[in-house]
Amino acid sequence: MLSPEHIVLLTLVLPAIGAVAIALAGRWPNLREAITLLTAVALLVWVSQLLPVVQSGDLPTVTWLTLMPGLDISFKVEPLGMLFALIASGLWIVNSIYSIGYMRGNQEQRQTRFFVCFALAISATLGIAFSGNLLTLFVFYEVLTLVTYPLVTHHGTTKARDGGRVYLGILMGTSTVFLLPALIYIWHVAGTTDFVAGGILADKLGPGALAGLLALCMFGIGKAALMPFHRWLPAAMVAPTPVSALLHAVAVVKAGVFSVVKVIFYIFGVDTLLSAGATHWLIAVAGFTIIAASVVALGADNLKRRLAYSTISQLSYITLATAVLAPLSIVGAVIHIAAHAVGKITLFFAAGAIYTAAHKTEVSQLDGIGRRMPWTMGAFSIAALSMIGLPPAVGFISKWYMISGAMAVQNWWVVGIIVVSTLLNAGYFLPIIYRAFFVPAAHDAHDHPHGEAPLPMVVALTTTAAATVLLFFWPDVPLALARQMLTP
Amino acid sequence: MSFLQHLPALQVVVPLMAAPLALLLRRSNYAFLVVLTATWAALAISTGLWVQVADSGPLSYAIGNWPAPWGIEYRVDPLNAFMLVFVSGVAAVVLPYSYSSIQAEVAPQQHYLFYTMFALCLTGLLGICITGDAFNIFVFLEISALSTYVLIAMGRDRRALMASYQYLIMGTIGATFIVVGIGLLYLMTGTLNLADMGKRMAEVQGSRPVLAALAFLTVGISLKLALFPLHQWLPNAYAFAPSAVSAFLAATATKVAVYVLLRFYFSVFGQSQVFGRLPMEEMMLILALAGMFAASVMAIYQTNLKRLFAYSSVGQIGYIILGLSFGSVNGLTSTVVHLVNHGVTKGAIFMLLGGVALRMGGTTLARVQGMGKVMPWTSFGILICGLSLIGLPGTAGFISKWYLLLAALERDQWWLVFLIVLSSLLAVLYVWRFVEVAYFKEPRQDIVAVSEAPLGLLLPSAVLVVATVYFGLDTSLTVGSAARAAEFLMGGLR
Amino acid sequence: MNGMVNSMGVGGHFTYVITVFLMVAGLFIVIAPGNLIKKLIGLGIFQTSVYLLYIAPGKLVGGTAPILSDAYTVYSNPLPHVLILTAIVVGVATLALGLALVVRIREAYGCIEEDDILALDAAAQDSTPTKQ
Repeated sequence: MLSPEHIVLLTLVLPAIGAVAIALAGRWPNLREAITLLTAVALLVWVSQLLPVVQSGDLPTVTWLTLMPGLDISFKVEPLGMLFALIASGLWIVNSIYSIGYMRGNQEQRQTRFFVCFALAISATLGIAFSGNLLTLFVFYEVLTLVTYPLVTHHGTTKARDGGRVYLGILMGTSTVFLLPALIYIWHVAGTTDFVAGGILADKLGPGALAGLLALCMFGIGKAALMPFHRWLPAAMVAPTPVSALLHAVAVVKAGVFSVVKVIFYIFGVDTLLSAGATHWLIAVAGFTIIAASVVALGADNLKRRLAYSTISQLSYITLATAVLAPLSIVGAVIHIAAHAVGKITLFFAAGAIYTAAHKTEVSQLDGIGRRMPWTMGAFSIAALSMIGLPPAVGFISKWYMISGAMAVQNWWVVGIIVVSTLLNAGYFLPIIYRAFFVPAAHDAHDHPHGEAPLPMVVALTTTAAATVLLFFWPDVPLALARQMLTP
Repeated sequence: MSFLQHLPALQVVVPLMAAPLALLLRRSNYAFLVVLTATWAALAISTGLWVQVADSGPLSYAIGNWPAPWGIEYRVDPLNAFMLVFVSGVAAVVLPYSYSSIQAEVAPQQHYLFYTMFALCLTGLLGICITGDAFNIFVFLEISALSTYVLIAMGRDRRALMASYQYLIMGTIGATFIVVGIGLLYLMTGTLNLADMGKRMAEVQGSRPVLAALAFLTVGISLKLALFPLHQWLPNAYAFAPSAVSAFLAATATKVAVYVLLRFYFSVFGQSQVFGRLPMEEMMLILALAGMFAASVMAIYQTNLKRLFAYSSVGQIGYIILGLSFGSVNGLTSTVVHLVNHGVTKGAIFMLLGGVALRMGGTTLARVQGMGKVMPWTSFGILICGLSLIGLPGTAGFISKWYLLLAALERDQWWLVFLIVLSSLLAVLYVWRFVEVAYFKEPRQDIVAVSEAPLGLLLPSAVLVVATVYFGLDTSLTVGSAARAAEFLMGGLR
Repeated sequence: MNGMVNSMGVGGHFTYVITVFLMVAGLFIVIAPGNLIKKLIGLGIFQTSVYLLYIAPGKLVGGTAPILSDAYTVYSNPLPHVLILTAIVVGVATLALGLALVVRIREAYGCIEEDDILALDAAAQDSTPTKQ
């Protein structure tokens, strides 16, 4: 039987090997798709094997190589990383099924490059999830940016190129200018960059320096889309929808907020930050991002753009809840990583399905579409409920914890922000559902009869919608992992 | 064994003897074989020396058995052992490459002359690195410089002639300044031996001739270094020389000049307080920063890839000098490590560009459109090296940047940290110009049928591209040697 | 052998004044735009100043030719002469190379005025490389 350490390395390498196999099988699409699915399933199997190990409290640790004297690329699977890895590998399977349907349904070009980059992105994501120190996280974070660039610019048009420029410019800019100096400074001050429960910066820096360093880290993690470094997200909408789904649910933004939680919890440490009062500014910035992004989403007619700003808003929930530094709100943040993942991926799947089947991209065009695409819009509705935070969707649970946590430390501003933004979320999601089901379709001359989206896409989105509901009734795994993280 | 005892002398003599031999053997293939043997032998010798120094500390060898400090001494310590391996290693990769690349770029009847000059250039560079005598440095500097002028002038474009002439003028001025500096030092200390000079510097430190010598040496070496604003010769020289020459120069010539600077600053001047008298650190800092920004910005606007990467070199040299200006162990480690990392990266880029020039008929952005489709491996190689210039983790460039930023953070100079990272974003801009043109556009009608570069060009380039990634992951060789060299140099400071 | 002994006073600094004059004059000729051969001449003058810088201090006051003999105790320093011989050879080689380059430039461009050559290059900017 393989030791957990070997399994960790195997899970990191498997998608990369899969990428090579996919590249070689480029000429035979069915074989190529089969390789993707097989690799994804195998990955989930291996990753799941780590779950009982982590839950028993014995965290697998592996050092891969020594990059510079005193600086290793090492991996350590702790509860938060375990959750992220499960989400990423699980959703990869679903996203692959969806992608097959989408790419073939829209007869996209360069499909081999698409699937290869997808696999590499998953590899990088797992590297982030399993990272044992900040340096390792940084390395895979940068690799992820680079590997997703060909995905974002997939269409190769001028628009795609410009979108790619914003994407790369902001992500690489923030990580190079903010995160890298912060990383080196942390190493300089603490002598290590390891993720340790309780943080490694206790008694090393004054409150001002601590807040400044935190600012560098938070703005440096551009993938968490904290304003004003959020523009890459709507710019990346130029990509095909499976890529948007990957970016928004499986890999990129999740890597961002995951890094935020991990850095706050394992580098700075909750107690250190509490005693220095270093997160007040972060609460303000995250709160502003939530509200502002929701307002923009209200006014966006393009469906993907509305979903993009919804994502920006939802990500800052996680940042906000973590910045509150209350145990309950951190639990809420962790569960929301999972909740938002399954919810948002469903929404993007639905958007892509609508585009593929009906060639519609704007919200105003969606009148009555629920009749023709019941499965799609049904799934959309469930996911929207999760975003708003209503039962029976798992988003309700995470929001409950977040509000409880804020109330426990009597931060009424945060409670207010969450309540107001919930109303705004309802404001931009409910009308879509209403119009889809309850408003008769407009009679367009060029409207063509269409049915549901291709089967693989429908399978994918119903699966994730079901997961949204299932997690509401059985939130044991995310909840247990979140609790385990807080009490090691 | 007496043979092994004479390794330091053989390091220079072997390539030196290969030059007239190649000249006499007019057949280009024979000339190539002779020079190839000599180059690989030089690599073996330098490796042997490096191992010896790692085992038993600095080596000393008296030329002609005249004892130092009256005779010329060859002295191998951790710093120049590393340099010797690096220079001979690059030469060992570039020479096989040149065999294929000059078929299209240099007139056939001049091929044997090319190899002759290459051997001389290598001799000069190795001699600079190994000698422990100040005037000897000048002699070898001129040997390498003169052969370089000839090599550049062999380029196909007639602008290569003017580039070579301009380099000749500026390089000779630089060398003459250096010799003035050496002369002033000799006048004040009475010796030409570097180690001896260092010892005697304590008596005459702070006197005006010594300060003047420092100034002359700095300006002279900066001309050879292409430190901004004395970099005017570099873009044209790299752009119009034959590709193999550009690759070899980009990888070694300026790096050896940095070595000379390090040697003079730390082994000669270091043991006195001369740095405190003249604002050397501030000046180097300002010039380095100016170079980093100005050159990177100029690179963004270039339409010829070779000139683009030539300006990039000037910017990267700014990083190297910046590390030097800190005067700390981490700063010097960054400098020495970046010598190698940048040398390997730029050497790879220019070798790959040679393939591009061959297949696409030129290296202007207009010509290389859609290169990603017709020359996938070459494009990928340039992309990887471009990522190293940006400093992506996993490539060699990241390691150098780490130590440079660490050195700045140690001094709590946050403004400098942000300037450094901002300038590396400029690198993203000019590398991405290449990426967008190569991958986002369609190839031109007249070059759609083009194929990948020939194996003779691709394989040596691949060696350096792999090295770029390898030195980004396994840094025991580079950082280990650089750190040892830095500590050795700083140790002399106390 | 110790450092050089310089006699004090203006007379003692006379050689240095000439040195600096030659250095600056040579540099000026090099930098000033114009004929390529003129620049090489300037380079030569510039290098000559260095020869003087080395050799003049080598002559010690009261020193005789460096041939060992019991009758004399102060000898002029022969080492600078050795160094300068090397430097002269290097200078000659550089000059020869420079002139050879000028000949080739003349063949390729038809003129040897720097301004004209730059103008010709600018005019032919983006065309395919001209064969020499």
